[in-house]
Amino acid sequence: MSDGRTAPLLEMHGIVKEFPGVRALDGVDLDVRAGEVHCLLGQNGAGKSTLIKVLAGAHQPDAGSITWDGTPVHLGNPQAAMAHGIATMYQELDLVPGLTVADNVFLGRERARLGLTRPAQANRTATELLTRLGHPEIRPTAEVGSLSAASQQMVSMARALSQDARLIVMDEPSAVLDSEEVDHLFQVIRDLTADGVAVVYISHRLEEIREVGDRITVLKDGRTVATGLPARETPTRDVITLMTGRTIEYVFPPRREPPDPDAAPLLEVSDLALDGSFAGVSFTVRPGEVLGLAGLVGSGRSEILETVYGARKASSGTVQVAGRRLRAGDVAAAVSAGVGLAPEERKSQGLLLGEPIYRNITVSSLTRFSRGGFLSGGAERQAAREQAEALDLRPVDVDREVRTLSGGNQQKVVLARWLLRDCTVLLLDEPTRGVDVGARSEIYGLIRALADRGVAVVVVSSEIPEVLGLADRVLVVADGAVVATAAAEELDEHRVLDLVMQGTAAHAAEEGRVA
Amino acid sequence: MTDTATTTQAGGATRSARGSRAGLLSGPLGRNLGLVVALVLLCIAGIATAGDRFADVDNVLTILRLAAVIGVVSIGMTFVIIGGGIDLSVGAIVALSSVWATTLATQQMAEDVHWIVMVFTALVVGAVAGLVNGVVIAYGKLVAFIATLAMLAAARGLAEILANRRTQIVQDQDFIRFFSGDVLGIPTLVIIFALVAAAGWVLLNRTTFGRRTFAVGGNAEAARLAGIRVQRHTVMLYVLSGVVCGIAAVMLMARTTTGSSTHGTLYELDAIAAVVIGGTLLIGGRGTIVGTVLGVLIFTTLSNVFTLNNLSSSAQAVAKGVIIVLAVLLQQRVAAGSSRKRGVRGGPGETGTAIPGSPAGAPTPGAAAGPTT
Repeated sequence: MSDGRTAPLLEMHGIVKEFPGVRALDGVDLDVRAGEVHCLLGQNGAGKSTLIKVLAGAHQPDAGSITWDGTPVHLGNPQAAMAHGIATMYQELDLVPGLTVADNVFLGRERARLGLTRPAQANRTATELLTRLGHPEIRPTAEVGSLSAASQQMVSMARALSQDARLIVMDEPSAVLDSEEVDHLFQVIRDLTADGVAVVYISHRLEEIREVGDRITVLKDGRTVATGLPARETPTRDVITLMTGRTIEYVFPPRREPPDPDAAPLLEVSDLALDGSFAGVSFTVRPGEVLGLAGLVGSGRSEILETVYGARKASSGTVQVAGRRLRAGDVAAAVSAGVGLAPEERKSQGLLLGEPIYRNITVSSLTRFSRGGFLSGGAERQAAREQAEALDLRPVDVDREVRTLSGGNQQKVVLARWLLRDCTVLLLDEPTRGVDVGARSEIYGLIRALADRGVAVVVVSSEIPEVLGLADRVLVVADGAVVATAAAEELDEHRVLDLVMQGTAAHAAEEGRVA
Repeated sequence: MTDTATTTQAGGATRSARGSRAGLLSGPLGRNLGLVVALVLLCIAGIATAGDRFADVDNVLTILRLAAVIGVVSIGMTFVIIGGGIDLSVGAIVALSSVWATTLATQQMAEDVHWIVMVFTALVVGAVAGLVNGVVIAYGKLVAFIATLAMLAAARGLAEILANRRTQIVQDQDFIRFFSGDVLGIPTLVIIFALVAAAGWVLLNRTTFGRRTFAVGGNAEAARLAGIRVQRHTVMLYVLSGVVCGIAAVMLMARTTTGSSTHGTLYELDAIAAVVIGGTLLIGGRGTIVGTVLGVLIFTTLSNVFTLNNLSSSAQAVAKGVIIVLAVLLQQRVAAGSSRKRGVRGGPGETGTAIPGSPAGAPTPGAAAGPTT
């Protein structure tokens, strides 16, 4: 892709990084030229963070080569990366809040003579650096913990500059900034690149990338799916398709008759809001209906689901199940009202990985198997086995530890848990994440079968075709607000993407960028 | 992602037959086997060095009697640790319970009614102290280490105030006769320990309470999202620990015929050590009552063998320290080994989760092969 105008400053080729059980990077290529802003895109889990940790020397790649300024290098530890002039600004700022600005800028490389620090010189240099970044008002003696997020970011950047960085990696720097601060950040980035510094910029906000980026590299599932795309000319639609990339068509189960429009809704959400995430969300789901929530990462779609479930406490608005209002922020109350959630992070939020299958299935219905608090293991296993067979969970050996199962079978365990409870409202967050190709259609079939049994289902997915194929009705969410509601048949992927982009842009213009 | 999922599935299918058996060996049973071997070795060492003095029935009963009090405390500690917490205040709660149950007022009431009043007082004091711990931790969101450290200081201080730093003698002879007697040659204290251990085993393995304890300690977030009231459960765990401290206080009062603010000193360390060498993971979610009982017996037998050979208590302390380190090292190997075998991994490598049982962020060289069969 390189057009040969400028020799790349950094070339990473075929980078592989494995963690036990997960291949986080599976052959990533990245080349960055001096003086450019190179945007790194990808969904959560695509491998962006792992890649920048490799670049920062914090992780050692299992395979692949890194060439820096024309010579192959080995970045054995963070110090080595810094010595080459590679600086990283992590998402959670790596500053010590109790130290002063100058202390933080020179942390680990204190200005000292004969073991005594030289605060005056450090303060002077820190001020010079901050002035270069356009922030002369940040006092070098101020305590970092007392500064705003934007100022802290500038301190972090001053630290990078003080190391004579030639490449600065910025991991979602705009996430904590308001729109004015973002504009200022972009100005700083432009000044830096004018001086020949290269910037690797990570953000979920595509409009920012248009504004500040030169070229784009897209990661998906630990692989580079596109590199060297021009940041301004590549259509948004293409970028999103690359990020969510779906090459195989899945078979979606046919929809039945549309659910009776006169039937009383099972789930009624009105004017639900969660501070800093979403507001004014209202929808209803009738028995037998599948409602889809479509939107980008960070649009608030998962938060909506978690708030309905009570895993997050709504700041206002109500959730009613079968006409009865649920207490905000009370998961146990939601569960006893018949609501179930298959969370986004199945392994960390959904499953007890070290426990056998049957215990994972019965965990939400324990009282059914107990008499006076005493459990009947036999009855539990029997009930779990019935669910496992009904869902075609393999193997049916319910004493197996859940961690040994594939993603698809783990998802079935979570579904079995709620089936056993006879849930009437099922909330599914990314139901096919980590589920292999073969098992996906099976999960789709299960979801539809549940709806046919009269369950009200809400599905969140970052894969728009999945939402469209599965749902009867779709809510498009952008920047914490519902921007459109329509029957799934009336929408196609491009239409949804347009709505998402319009909604995001409109909101950004309206309210400023709120993380 | 897709890749790993398919590999796991393929791997799972081929070894489904032997999967459960392998899990059993690396599970609690396998670990307890190691403890039994350790205990047998200790006994052999005892017989070899002290001969009949060790293998004597009275000596064995002495070991058991010594193990009883700390054993009861350790059972409660096992629950707290499996539930993902820690209770540093057990020794202090034992002291406070023993003092409160032997104040002049309590003993006067006991004389008027029945000595059961003293027992009741000890249990209630323990339960209330545990309740305070639990509420502060679950609802005040204080780290368990800090909250119970504070209780350690406060409870012992309160005990000193109540007792005015004096040792309070138990006057009721019926009380002493009942608890320091024996049934069919087995000391009552040992029977109480056995009953508490048995009740603990049933509670942990056969009830909803026990199941929820594993769930809360194993993955509090998943437990919450499954509809378990995690905070309420946490409170109950500390109340349980407090109540068994009350039982231990009664036993100690019978053994020493006193209530004192110095009772139970350093019990927290002995109990945690016994629980940990018993195979309970300090990060929670995994552990056994049998392992804890074996852990207690190993420590008490060790002391006994050392005492019979006229070795100093300082040497005992050193040996204890070595055993704790060895046991935990072994435990980590087992945990890492079994997780390697099963190809455990939390979500996508973006954040990189830690292996259970190993220090957070510890590198896991060689564990990179993913699901192997």
